[in-house]
Amino acid sequence: MTASTSGAVPTRKRRRRTNLRQNVAGWLFVGPFGIVFLALLVLPIGYALYLSLFQKTLMTGTTFAGFDNYLKAFDDPSFLKGLWFVLRFSLVLIPIQMAISLAIALILDTVTSKFARFSRLMIFLPYAIPTVIGALMWGFLYSRNFGPIADVFGAFGAAGPDFLSNNLIFYGLLNVVTWQWAGYYMIILYAALQGIDPTLYEAARIDGASGWQIITKIKIRLLTPALVLILVFALIGTLQFFNEPKILQQLAAGAIPDDFTPNMYAYQQAFTLANPNYSSTISFALGAVVFLCVYIFMFATRKRGNFLS
Amino acid sequence: MSANHTERRRPRRTPRHIPLHLVLAALVIYFLIPFWWVVVNSSKDSAALFGGTSALWFAPNIDYVENLKQLFTYNGGLYARWLANSALYAFAGGIGATVLSVLAGYGFAKYSFVGRRAGFSILLGAVMVPATALVIPTFILFSQAGLTDTIWAVILPTLLNPFGVFLVNLFVRDAVPDELLDAARVDGAGEFRTFVKVALPLMRPVIVTVLLLSVVSSWNNYFLPLAMLVDNRLFPVTVGIGLWQSTASTYGAAGTNLWSIIILGSLVSIIPLIIAFLSLQRYWRGGLTVGSLK
Repeated sequence: MTASTSGAVPTRKRRRRTNLRQNVAGWLFVGPFGIVFLALLVLPIGYALYLSLFQKTLMTGTTFAGFDNYLKAFDDPSFLKGLWFVLRFSLVLIPIQMAISLAIALILDTVTSKFARFSRLMIFLPYAIPTVIGALMWGFLYSRNFGPIADVFGAFGAAGPDFLSNNLIFYGLLNVVTWQWAGYYMIILYAALQGIDPTLYEAARIDGASGWQIITKIKIRLLTPALVLILVFALIGTLQFFNEPKILQQLAAGAIPDDFTPNMYAYQQAFTLANPNYSSTISFALGAVVFLCVYIFMFATRKRGNFLS
Repeated sequence: MSANHTERRRPRRTPRHIPLHLVLAALVIYFLIPFWWVVVNSSKDSAALFGGTSALWFAPNIDYVENLKQLFTYNGGLYARWLANSALYAFAGGIGATVLSVLAGYGFAKYSFVGRRAGFSILLGAVMVPATALVIPTFILFSQAGLTDTIWAVILPTLLNPFGVFLVNLFVRDAVPDELLDAARVDGAGEFRTFVKVALPLMRPVIVTVLLLSVVSSWNNYFLPLAMLVDNRLFPVTVGIGLWQSTASTYGAAGTNLWSIIILGSLVSIIPLIIAFLSLQRYWRGGLTVGSLK
C-alpha cells in the first residue's frame, strides 16, 4: 500500500517523486473532508470548551471561571440525575436490543421461506421512520385518549398500564427505542451471517457438532465484530438520548421533566434559560463521558475482535 | 437448524420451522402495530378519533380525502413546504456528505501521505463523538456567525459524516486492488482520472449505502433543526409535526381538530423513506456487510 512502485528497487529520485505524488494526491482527496471536519467538529468542540471556562452573571458580566462550571455540573442534581438515567437506560436497553436482534437474525438465517423474507423487511421498516414520528406513533398507542392499550385491558375490566406515567415511562421509552433500532441491528447481523462461508457448518457437522453448537461456537463467535459495532452504536446513541423523550414530554404530563436526560438539560440551559456557558459545559461533559465509556468498552473488548482495528 | 446449507439452495418447508414461523409472525405484528394504528386512524375525523371507536379498526366513515385536504391547506399549506424542506436538507446534506466521505475514504485507503496515520486515528476518535453533543456548540458558533435560522444551519452540519469515511475506507481496502490502480497509472492516467474511471465503478455498493444512510439520517434529523431554526417556514417535517403536536397538547380540547392532521401528517411523512428503502433494498443490504465482518 505504501509505495505504488513494485518490483525493482526504485532510485532515490524516483521514490521522491512518488512520495510527492502520494502526498499531494492523498491530501487532495482527504482535504475537503478535513476542512469540514475542522470547521464543524474541531471548531465547535473547541469553542464549547472555551465557553465552558467562563461564567456570565448580571452583576459581574463575563468572567473567567476555570473549571468552576464543571465542578458545578458534577455537583448539579439535574445533570447527575440525567446522566444516571441514560446510564441505567443503556444498561437495560442494550442487552435486550442485542438479544432480540441477534435472535431474529439467527432465525432469518435458518428460515428461508417467502414469509421470512417479508418479515425481514417489516422488522427493518421502523429504522426508516424518523425517531420523532416513531415516538409520536407509540405516544398515540400509549395514549389514554385514543390508544388501544386501554381498550384491550378495558375489555377485561382492568385499567391498562400507563406507559406515560412516572412509574412506567422508563419501559415506555425502552419499547420505543427497541422497536426503532432492533431491525437495523438485525440487518447488520443478518448481513454478517450471510457472509459466513457455509462450508464451515458442513465441516462442523461432520465433526459431530449439534445445531446449537454451530450457533454458539461458529455463528456467534464470527459475529463478534458486528456485535461490538452494534454495541458501540447503541451506547453512543443512548447516552445522548434526546428526540424520543422530547417528543413524549408533551404527552406524558409531568413524567418527563426538562432535565430528564443530559442533552435535554443542555437544551433547556441554552434555549429556555439563555445560559450558553453552562449549556456548553454540559454538552462538553456529556461528550467526554460518552467518549470515555466507549473507549473503556473498546479497550475491554479489544482482544475479541474489534471493528476499528 | 442443522440442514441449513442445503436448504439455502433448495427451500423445503419442514415441520420443524413452524415454531420459528410463529415467532416471526408475532414479531411482524409487533413491528407493524404502530403503522397499522396510523393508517387506520388517519382515516378518521376527530369525532371518531376521540369518540370511542375501536383504536385498531376503521370508523364507519373513512375519510382520507377530507383529511388530506385539511393537512395540505392548514396554516396556508405549510405542510407541503415542510416536506419540500426535508427533501432539500436530506438531499443537499446527504449528497454532500457522501461526496466528502467517498473522496476521503479513498484517500485514506490508497495513498500514503504525511499525516495519514494521525489523521486516521483522529477520524476513528470522531466516529465516537456523539453527534447530538455537537448540536449546541455548533448552534452557539453559528449564532456568532449569523448563520442560524437559515437553510445552511441545517445543511452544513449534516456534511460531517466520519462513519461514512470509515465505511468507504474499509470497503476500498478490500474491493479496489492496488494493481488495478497501478495499471491505470502506467497507462498514463492522472490520479483523479484513475479514481473516477477505475475506482469509482468498483465502489458503487458502498456509495449507495453511505448515500442512503446519510439521506436517512438527515431526513430524520430533529435536534439540529429544532435548535437552529426559528422561522417555521424553514422547518423540516419532523420539527413541524413536533410543533403541531405541542400546539395540540397545549390547547387541550381546542387542539383536538389538529390531532387528525398530525396523524395523517405522520403517515405522509414516512411514505417517501419507506419507498426509498423498499426500492433500493438490493443495494443497501449488500453495503451494510461492510464493517460488520472483517
